[in-house]
Amino acid sequence: MSALAHAGPAGGAPAGDTPPQERQGRSWLPYLLLVPGALWLLVFFVVPLVQLFSVSLQSQFPGYPGYYYRDVNFSNYLSALTDFAPQFGRSLLFAGLATFFAFCLAYPLAYAMAFKAGRWRNIMLIAVIAPFFTSFILRTVAWRQILADEGPVASTLNALHLLPGGHITETWAAVVAGLTYNFLPFMVLPIYASLERADHRVIEAGGDLYANGFTTFRTVTLPMSMPGVLAGTLLTFIPAAGDYVNADLLGADNTKMVGNVIESQFFKVLGGFPVAAALSFTLMALILAMVFVYVRRFGTEELV
Amino acid sequence: MARNSGFREATGDLRLESVTKSFGDFTAVDDLDLVVPRGSFFALLGPSGCGKTTTLRMVAGLEQPTAGKVLIGDTEITGSRPYERPVNTVFQSYALFPHLTIRDNVAFGPKRRGDKNALALADETLALVQVDHLAARKPAQLSGGQQQRVALARALVNRPEVLLLDEPLGALDLKLRRQLQVELKRIQTEVGLTFIHVTHDQEEAMTMADTVAVMNHGRIEQMGHPADLYDLPRTSFVANFVGRSNLGTGRVVDRDGDSLVAEVQGTKVKVPLARANATDGTVMFGVRPEKVRVLRRPPEGTGDDVKGTVLDVSFTGVATEYLVRLPSGTIWSCYEQNLDVDPIDLRPGDDVWIAWNHAHAFTVPADEAEAQAAAEATA
Ligand SMILES: Nc1ncnc2c1ncn2[C@@H]1O[C@H](COP(=O)(O)OP(=O)(O)O)[C@@H](O)[C@H]1O
Ligand SMILES: [Mg+2]
Repeated sequence: MSALAHAGPAGGAPAGDTPPQERQGRSWLPYLLLVPGALWLLVFFVVPLVQLFSVSLQSQFPGYPGYYYRDVNFSNYLSALTDFAPQFGRSLLFAGLATFFAFCLAYPLAYAMAFKAGRWRNIMLIAVIAPFFTSFILRTVAWRQILADEGPVASTLNALHLLPGGHITETWAAVVAGLTYNFLPFMVLPIYASLERADHRVIEAGGDLYANGFTTFRTVTLPMSMPGVLAGTLLTFIPAAGDYVNADLLGADNTKMVGNVIESQFFKVLGGFPVAAALSFTLMALILAMVFVYVRRFGTEELV
Repeated sequence: MARNSGFREATGDLRLESVTKSFGDFTAVDDLDLVVPRGSFFALLGPSGCGKTTTLRMVAGLEQPTAGKVLIGDTEITGSRPYERPVNTVFQSYALFPHLTIRDNVAFGPKRRGDKNALALADETLALVQVDHLAARKPAQLSGGQQQRVALARALVNRPEVLLLDEPLGALDLKLRRQLQVELKRIQTEVGLTFIHVTHDQEEAMTMADTVAVMNHGRIEQMGHPADLYDLPRTSFVANFVGRSNLGTGRVVDRDGDSLVAEVQGTKVKVPLARANATDGTVMFGVRPEKVRVLRRPPEGTGDDVKGTVLDVSFTGVATEYLVRLPSGTIWSCYEQNLDVDPIDLRPGDDVWIAWNHAHAFTVPADEAEAQAAAEATA
């Protein structure tokens, strides 16, 4: 409970005995420290964003495919939304499912690491982080092998007649599995951090005040770990919604997500630039709106 | 009332029977026997690390004893879970639920027990500890003293059979601590619950409790009314932990009626037999500093006096403390109340006689190391 440290008048040290000159001399320092970060953001985020927005409003020169002129043409957005609505839907659905499954896997894991692991804790932590030592693409390719028709999973399921379509790859299940796998650490780590930080005495207080194990979890432990859950779901959902690697390597044409469409509009369709830019912007706006609503709902209010 | 299955309705005195708790090969609580009468204000006093918190946690059910039994009245509660016991704890760090408002913190216990009036009860209890105006806030928005009151209310609202307080005032500054001591005592009298108050502050234990148990190395050294503990300590540890004592190691040499005669560093001293907790061989002889008089001239009478040299004089307003070096090299401390119009004007280096009424003297088993440890723990 870091809150105790600045809890108020009772234990506070007398304030205001710092010489005023020193205060003044120091006040510009934080802003100076902000400069490199601000410059970085300006050059590598704000400028490309403005550029992307202007591209999304361009129109094509009639008769010259691949040539554009500056314009305020919102029809790109219209075509982005109407032509690619299924891909948008899939992106949000797959990302939502992956976030849900990642949460279901991550919470018990993080809980075990924080409270039950003892001396295994660091080994478990390393195991969670270890996949980052190989490339994202390679790991996804590896999953294609694991889930392939001749691979152990599909062949076992087939032998037991438990796989209706006959294969796992090229289905939405494989895409969701891949997304879940790839973003799992981003869910585990923030939840683990918030559970680890939780004061064990507070959890004991739940038991002391007539709450049994499950009630204590529901009314004390889980609410105390909500900041971690919130961070974890955002860190999983946002990149998963924009991802195209999993759908590309593990999915089929009918599992394409927005990321795949943007990629092909940019690199494979002549004259696709404005639509790709409009798609990117729409995705960004959608995610921002959803995150805003989500954080407003769960970030300030606690689940009791 | 819908209660947890397994909840034990028990009333009566709290009893610990031969309770032992070991962590690995370290014994934190060693064969403890204790009876806390129902409705009493009981203080568990001891230096840091002596096993106070561990004892409380075994009563609360947060820790299970390695051996022994915990009972409330005739109901054995050993082995039951914390939520099954009619016992609540005020944690040393308060341990308020950070995500709940003050009102919901206090209503937590009653709600778990299915009380429909949980919120009204919470408000009532917050008023009792005088923080009802903070009910809508979160714990992080409260000062240390306010959090302390909320922690007390959160336990008190359940009207437990036994309320455990683990150094509840330890983190507060001196002034607030004194104020809350008075208030805690008032509340206990008002609600009439059994309070077990853990502290390492002997003054706090003495002023608040009906009964004080002095704990050291996982054992209870002595237990009793504060005045009795102070008047007649039974071990060298208690002699120096509960107040200070002038102690000297000596040998029992004789009996004289109902007194014991001991030779302490070359001086013969008398101790009433009733005040002798050690009667043979090597013993420690003691007198409380305020029972010792400092005189310019040799006193006439019983012969319980020694000549020495003033080492230091410190004036504290109500009293003056003199440190006197005796011929044997030991330093005694004497408090003289500043009653007289003409104070004895003593300076370091002056020769003085120190004298005491032998009815105030006592003996305890010789244990210099523990006497030293106690003196350091309270310094
Ligand atoms: N869970 C534990 N594991 C190992 N040792 C412990 C544990 N809890 C307490 N101890 C040890 O037991 C002793 C008594 O601790 P405690 O009851 O907290 O003392 P107090 O509250 O009197 O300061 C200490 O030496 C402490 O290090
Ligand atoms: Mg303690």
